[in-house]
Amino acid sequence: MVCNADEGEPGTFKDRVVFTEVPDLLFEGMTVAGYAVGASEGIVYLRAEYEYLLPGLLEVLDRRRRLGLLGRNICGKEGFDFDVRIQMGAGSYVCGEESSLLESAEGRRGAPRTRPPFPVTRGYRNQPTALNNAETLCCAARILAKGADWFAAQGTRDSTGTKLLSVSGDCARPGTYEVEFGLSVNKLLALVGADEAAAVQVGGPSGTCVAPKDFGRKICYEDLSTGGSVMVFGPGRDMLEVVRDFTEFFAEESCGWCAPCRVGTEVLLRMLDEIRDGRGTQDHLYRMMQLGDTVKACSRCGLGQTAVNPFLTTLRNMRDIYTERLSAHEYVPRLDLKKAVAFSEELAGHRSEVKEE
Amino acid sequence: MKKFTFVLNGRDVEALEGQSILEAADGAGVYIPRLCYHKDLLPGGHCRVCSVKVNGKVANACTMPAADWMVVDTDTEELNEYRRLIIELLFVEGNHFCPICEKSGDCELQALAYKFGMTAPLWPTLSKNPPVDASHPDVFIDRNRCVLCGRCVRASRERDGKSVFGLEGRGIRTRIALDSLDGLGMTALGRNDAAATICPTGSLVLKRVGFTTPYGARAYDKAPIGSEIEKKEE
Ligand code: SF4
Ligand code: SF4
Ligand code: FES
Repeated sequence: MVCNADEGEPGTFKDRVVFTEVPDLLFEGMTVAGYAVGASEGIVYLRAEYEYLLPGLLEVLDRRRRLGLLGRNICGKEGFDFDVRIQMGAGSYVCGEESSLLESAEGRRGAPRTRPPFPVTRGYRNQPTALNNAETLCCAARILAKGADWFAAQGTRDSTGTKLLSVSGDCARPGTYEVEFGLSVNKLLALVGADEAAAVQVGGPSGTCVAPKDFGRKICYEDLSTGGSVMVFGPGRDMLEVVRDFTEFFAEESCGWCAPCRVGTEVLLRMLDEIRDGRGTQDHLYRMMQLGDTVKACSRCGLGQTAVNPFLTTLRNMRDIYTERLSAHEYVPRLDLKKAVAFSEELAGHRSEVKEE
Repeated sequence: MKKFTFVLNGRDVEALEGQSILEAADGAGVYIPRLCYHKDLLPGGHCRVCSVKVNGKVANACTMPAADWMVVDTDTEELNEYRRLIIELLFVEGNHFCPICEKSGDCELQALAYKFGMTAPLWPTLSKNPPVDASHPDVFIDRNRCVLCGRCVRASRERDGKSVFGLEGRGIRTRIALDSLDGLGMTALGRNDAAATICPTGSLVLKRVGFTTPYGARAYDKAPIGSEIEKKEE
């Protein structure tokens, strides 16, 4: 039974609240899940940046052992053995992806595994492994305590229950919020004090960038799905820069295993820079869309499959941020002829004539 | 081994349990384009050129086990566009100057570029100009032509019982590393190792034999890549 506590999606900090404020709920959920699937070993894979939370969490685990809530014969129930250990991550984004997480937890390079087999068949040390995130496990504990009906009465038909959101950016009251699934972006913006929002990134960089015309859309799996990250951008923000930074993030974090993600994210970044610098053409947008589709369809894991979302969703929802910076020329050469011949000129000892049109 | 059938490009074909889609297709005389796959090695899933559609969804043919519920399409316009684009990306990631390359005509990357009709350079070039390592008496590695297919890594481990090669770094800085910091010459690589001849491109090349077969008389000068598999069908 593994808990994914690698909370690495930029703009997500909701699990931190769980670890600091209700860690017992999480461990209870893990214990319950362990019982359900017949696991005796639980592992929390904690993101490297949360190392400072480790002593507190270890204390909680110790206390639970003393109380008979972890260890052998839990709560006096014969044969109910379950204990939890905490495995620190090493700071790689892709380790939030389940198979990379397992690789890393076993002490290897954090890169995704070939799937199938999926972790439920062969996971940690080749054992069948249930792998869930911290929030899901907390829900499991609460459902057992309060009943499925109580849980299902909240949210929408296909997204029952509540969702923790980490809201950051241009708003008066950033922070972690627990909301019912189905809340509209508009209502959320009112809640956090962001009346002037020009764009909202729901689900972190790999999610969807929503423009004001779509603020009526709802936060739930059937509409705007999110792992919890919500970033608000005010009217003063340059959204092309935002897309560029997100893309750079993915290019940095790509594990490099597969060609479309490794090369595609980097090429996309270069072309975004060309557009930013006024060297992009209509053809750029067409090519970049083809590139985005390929990287999305063919990449080996979720990182590559979503890395192009910042570009693709803004191209759909706020095309202006690109078109207003395109060059008026139909073709802008990438080759700087003068620079390219400079070395030869030096060798030859005279300069070449370049006719400007 | 148990036999079963699945649908491949509209017809029923037979497969053995445990076979990947790509292996089953090979058996049926259907060529699925591939670059990092090699029949003597475990699949690596690096290049994604073997992407196919399984019941409408893109899947990787060299790593995905075939199953009786599958309806697989391997040769659609959409898939071939993906493939061409991936090949184009591999060309700009390195520096492939075919006219002087030992591998030209025998190169699987070049052959795929021809097959998918790669024409003009469309993407910004990323070449990092890594130096050639010619320190080994019989083999050299020119990482400008490496497509990170991982074949040398797997061949060294699986076939030669060594681990001369490995992947190092992340993202676009990923590169083939050697198990010696002092160059290929100081590794355990031998001339007759599987790893020494398994490279699909001109990256890992035997010395002194590069031009024994002249340009024009090489494998893909005679027949396009994949025809050896498609031939069986007749
Ligand atoms: S490795 Fe292949 S594609 Fe690259 S230069 Fe040599 S022949 Fe051309
Ligand atoms: S050196 Fe050749 S075999 Fe090794 S990863 Fe590069 S392209 Fe593949
Ligand atoms: S041949 Fe299948 S991923 Fe390369």
